[in-house]
Parts: sequence; structure tokens; C-alpha cells
Amino acid sequence: MEMAERSYEKFFRQHRLPHMWCPGCGNGIAMKAIVMAIEKHPELTADNTVIVSGIGCSSRASGYMDFDTLHTAHGRALPFATGIKMARPDLHVIVITGDGDCTAIGGNHFIHSCRRNIDLTAILFNNSIYGMTGGQTSPMTPMGKKATTTPYGSVARPLDPSALAKAAGATYVARSTAYHVHHLAKMIEQGLNNKGFSFIEAIVQCPTAYGRKNKMGTPADMLAWMRDNAVMKEAWDKLPEEKKQGEKFPIGVFLDSRYVDYATAYNDVIRAAGGEVK
Amino acid sequence: MKEARLMQGNEACAEGAIAAGVNFFAGYPITPSTEIAESMAKLLPKNGGKFIQMEDEIAAMGAILGASLAGSKVMDATSGPGFSLKQELIGYAACAEIPCVVVNVQRVGPSTGQPTAPSQGDVMQVRWGTHGDHPMIALSPWSVRETFDATIMAVNYAERFRTPVILLMDEIVGHLREKVVLPEDNEIVVYPRRKPKKTRAEGYQPFAPDEDLVPNTANFGDGYHIHVTGLIHDETGFPVGSPKVTEESIRRLHEKISRVGEEIIHTYEYFMEDAEYAVVSFGGTARTAYEAVRAARAEGKKVGLLRLMTVWPFADKAIARLAAKVKGIIVAELNYGQIIGEVERAAQGKCQVLLCAKYNMQTFEPPEIRAAIEKMINGGKKS
Amino acid sequence: MKSTITIKSERCKGCGICVAFCPKKVLGLSELGKVQVENGESCIACAQCELRCPDYAIFVDKKEGA
Repeated sequence: MEMAERSYEKFFRQHRLPHMWCPGCGNGIAMKAIVMAIEKHPELTADNTVIVSGIGCSSRASGYMDFDTLHTAHGRALPFATGIKMARPDLHVIVITGDGDCTAIGGNHFIHSCRRNIDLTAILFNNSIYGMTGGQTSPMTPMGKKATTTPYGSVARPLDPSALAKAAGATYVARSTAYHVHHLAKMIEQGLNNKGFSFIEAIVQCPTAYGRKNKMGTPADMLAWMRDNAVMKEAWDKLPEEKKQGEKFPIGVFLDSRYVDYATAYNDVIRAAGGEVK
Repeated sequence: MKEARLMQGNEACAEGAIAAGVNFFAGYPITPSTEIAESMAKLLPKNGGKFIQMEDEIAAMGAILGASLAGSKVMDATSGPGFSLKQELIGYAACAEIPCVVVNVQRVGPSTGQPTAPSQGDVMQVRWGTHGDHPMIALSPWSVRETFDATIMAVNYAERFRTPVILLMDEIVGHLREKVVLPEDNEIVVYPRRKPKKTRAEGYQPFAPDEDLVPNTANFGDGYHIHVTGLIHDETGFPVGSPKVTEESIRRLHEKISRVGEEIIHTYEYFMEDAEYAVVSFGGTARTAYEAVRAARAEGKKVGLLRLMTVWPFADKAIARLAAKVKGIIVAELNYGQIIGEVERAAQGKCQVLLCAKYNMQTFEPPEIRAAIEKMINGGKKS
Repeated sequence: MKSTITIKSERCKGCGICVAFCPKKVLGLSELGKVQVENGESCIACAQCELRCPDYAIFVDKKEGA
């Protein structure tokens, strides 16, 4: 029996596969979750959707996706995406970024994209490390974890971009993991529903630069760690504080609200100036 | 004819941008360029465009590049400190061939320097500020009306060559107010956004060069599914680690501009007919140089002025012709001495070259340049 | 056999995720480090392997009527 080609495969540039990520890297899983989510939105087509990424392992995803795609400079995906969305509000703009790209070099852009509530859906592939450059610490490296630039373990508290996104004005904030593929796709799908800034953190495994350094076992072991430590938001909220310690972390929708997006709000400026809203 | 208006250089830049079809501007406030952003914030929404103030200078560059890829004609304006920050994405625009205009209204540096006293200290940064090999086009207007025209020219060059173009202003011209009569709309020539000449089915490649070596890259949203990257790429747009492609790519970036030669190198001569000495200058300083030369002529001194409106690519040929003609060249620039290196290189020792530099927050006074002229003439007599 | 397992070997990098998450020990890695079906009869078509394959190299289809 011939296998039925998976429908999401149409969103991949087949001639670019296999991708360049290491064996067992979670980025491939997160990229699949994105196209699965796009499939649930028939209004998003290969012609009217733009994928924008920064620099880093995560950001190579754009090259494999059969849309108009933009692989920008380190940390700058969100400003480029903002320009695209302002110029063509009819286009759907999805941003793929990483923990270093989004929260270190691109941190200020992240805050202000949230603040403007610009209608973008940003997916952060969080592998806890700078993978492309060989395993340096990122702002999201957990305490105590080793990296080539924290050889004795990280002593700085990791950043929580979901909390930051909420505080800065994003209107949809969610988290999932590479283990929870369908859940991750659902989180992205719901993010695409929101006409405003949507932020989804996808926890992914980096077996090569992070897992190996921290003796986290095989790629499958790292996925199992996600399975064993992720707690659905609804259950997490009922946990007593002492149970929220250690490596446990919540996944799910942290915020789903509505507020006018920046490009729509700018129409008021156009009207006030006596211009014509297109 | 349009009515005469009293206009500031920065305002003329904004008016020129609108006339050239700029419909997206992203910026970040910085003196002495801010009036450009303020004018664009007023003008764009009236004229079918959009303005956005970004969180920093880098973000403003990113936003214009995104908007340009989505089909807009774009501009950003800044001054030295902001221009330093923009270098990263100016290089991106050069590599990924994204049309954009960046205005730098220069002030005294380095660093925060002297806000916001006039300077021409960024003239080499404009050429070499970003990393790697790339060409650069930079235009430096000397009057309010020329700022209007040069802005249109900058936008047109950006679109035609798909490259970043720098409008290199200085505080003198940016804050100068003059009576101007702007041209009628039908007198303004606007270079349209380049369009793909093939469909995807016909084998369209977004970075395949046309006959003029410039690619007809599709806009996002036009159904071509293009990939754009700041990595060195082949005509498909995808990165390749090939020495051959890298060499060809870097060469083409240069040759798409160098092949047109003098066409985009605009220089203007004043009092040059029988000149034995010449002042070379650009931007706001050229105004003072003009007055100094005019006064010297009134005293019978055979001196002229060559003004560089196009600062980059450098006017090698014009300088070489000049050096073959005159006994000496005085380079008047509002910095410690930058463009003089280019003049010396292009003059190839055919005549003396003397620097007339100033970097104390103040513009030149005509007697200062006249004194340099005198020094050159007297020095010449001695030798 | 309840399923048809399709492997796109050219995509497989041998990370072993599919092998580890298979509840019925259907899969293994070959000498060349690529996924292979070792015990197809045990497959229950749960598609856990397909779900988490980072390289889109393995696909499981339920057999009609199975």
C-alpha cells in the first residue's frame, strides 16, 4: 500500500529537506507543529503567509518552509516582521526565533512588539542554549546548567519570556514542548486566531550542545524529561506552591485576550490625517 | 508653477521622499535629523503611507527592510550615533539587495560627540561602516532644493540598483531654511519597483540578475515564495557555501553599480574655466567654499570649485581630470580630514593637495577657506 | 500487521526517538544508523514514532479493516 503523503508536507520546500539540524534536534518537531497549525487555518495560504526568522538554529526553519520566507539578522526578526505587517496588513506573518535571538539580542524588539500588539505570531524555539555557535549560555539557560561559557554552571536566573510577554502587552501567550506535539500545534493554532501579538514558547531539545554538556541523555531522554516535568496549566494552577519547585513547569495558554492590533490602530492615524484607509 | 515656500532642509527631504513614492518610514528620534521623522509622521498617513517610530535605531532599519520586501518604498533618517547602530542592517540590505534610503544628518562625533553641532565626520563611515565588501551610493546635497531632488534621486537609485542608498546630509543643510519652489509632479521622474519577468513555472529565480546585473526580486505576497537571507546566496536566494558563488555574488554587488560609471557620479563645477587652483568640497561646506571662491575670483585669483554631490562612488575621474588641469587642490571638509585621502588617491600626485579641515562644532567661515586658497597659491609660487 | 510503516531513509538521521517511544518495540536502528522495522507484526499503529520524528522520516498508516 502506498503511503498517503502527509498534507502538511506541501508547506515544506521538499528540495531543501533533509534539514540541517542535528540528529534528534527538537526544531524539526516544532517546525512540523507550525505547519500543522497553519493547516488548521485555511485562510493562511502559501501565497499570503510570510515566515520571518532571526539567526540561530531555530531561525534556519524559514528556509525549509514553502512560503515567502525571510531569514533576517540576529535578533531582528520582529522589526522586519513589523515592517512587513505594516506594509501589507493582509499578509499573515509568522516569526520563528530562538531563546538567544528573542530574549538576548532581540529582547528590546520583543518587548515592543508585545507593547504594540502588532499582529504577528511569534514562536520561540527554546533549546536553552546557543546551539549554532556551539553551546554558549543563553538568557533562558536554567540555573546551574552548563554551557561552554558557563563551564561551572549558570548562576543567573533564566528569563521567563511568557511572563515578559504578558507584562509587555502581548494578547496571546502560551507554552508547550516538542514532546507534546499536538498540544504545541494547538497552542500555535490558537495563536493564529488572535489578531494581535501572539507568543508561543516551544521547548525543544538540543541533544548536541545542551543535553550532552548537562548529561541529559539521548534525544528521547530529553523528550521524556519534558513529558515528566511539564504540567498542564489547569493542573499547575491547583498545585500548592511547594509542588511548583524543581524542574516542573507549566504548559498551556497563559493569556488569551483581545486588544486592537497596531496596524488596525494606525488606521485611526490615517483617518485623522485625512488619508484613505485601504 | 508651484508656490515658493520657506522650507528647512530636513523638511525638503521628507517632501522629496513623498514625491519619490516613499510610503513607509520607520525612525527613531535623533537630532539633527528628527524633523525628517516628524515631517514623515505628518505627511505619510495623508499620502497613502505609514510611519512608525521604532524602539531603537536598529529596529527602524529592520522595519524599513521588511516593508521594502513587502513592496513599499522606504526611508529611515538618523544622525551619527544612530547611523552607527544601523550599520548591521545596511550591510544586510546590501547583501540581500533590498532597496532602501537611509538619511544621515551628520553631527560632531565620535560617540555622542557634540549634539548637535555640524560635522561631515561620517563620510568614511558611510562608505565602510558595515562589515564586508559591498558598494555604496551616497549623495550629499548643499541646498534645501537640492535636498528635495537628491532624496528623489536616492530613492530612485535604491530601487533601480536594489541597494541601500545613503543621503548624506549635514546639520548645516538639514537645519537650513531657504525659499524653494518645488517642481510640479509631472516634472518628477520616479523609478518603479522592479518586477519579475518570469513566472515560477517559467523558472523564475528571485536573485537571477537582469541584463543590468540587478535582480528583479519579487515582493512578498506576490505568490513567488521567495527566500531572502543575509547569508551569501545564489540566484535561487538560498545560501550556498561555494567559493565560486561567493566570489560571483560579491563581484556582482559591486559591478551592478560600477558598470554605470559616471552616470550616477554627480559633480558640479563653479568658476572652473581658467582655474589654476580648485577647492573640492561637498554638502553644507561647499556653500562656504563657493563664497570663498567667489570672493577670491573678485580679487582676480584663478580659483574654482568642484562640488561632489555624489560622494560615493567617489568621483575618481572628475578628480583625475581636475588634478591634470590645476596646480593645486584644496579639500575643504568639516572633519579632521577624511575625503582628502580619496582626493589624493584619485589625483595620483598630479598636483598638490591641501587639507582645509575644521572640527570645532562651527561651520567654516569664507575667510578660512580663502586663507587656505592663499596658502596654496603662495606655496605654489615658492616651489 | 495492523499498519503500513513507511520510512524515508534519506531523511532519517538515526536519532532513535522513534525507537525509544515505540510502546511495542517495533523499530530499531540498522547497522548504518537508520531506522528499520524489526517487529512489524507488533505495531498497533499508534504513530508515536511519526509524531515526534524531527526529520519527517517515518510514517504510519492504519491498514484498512485492521
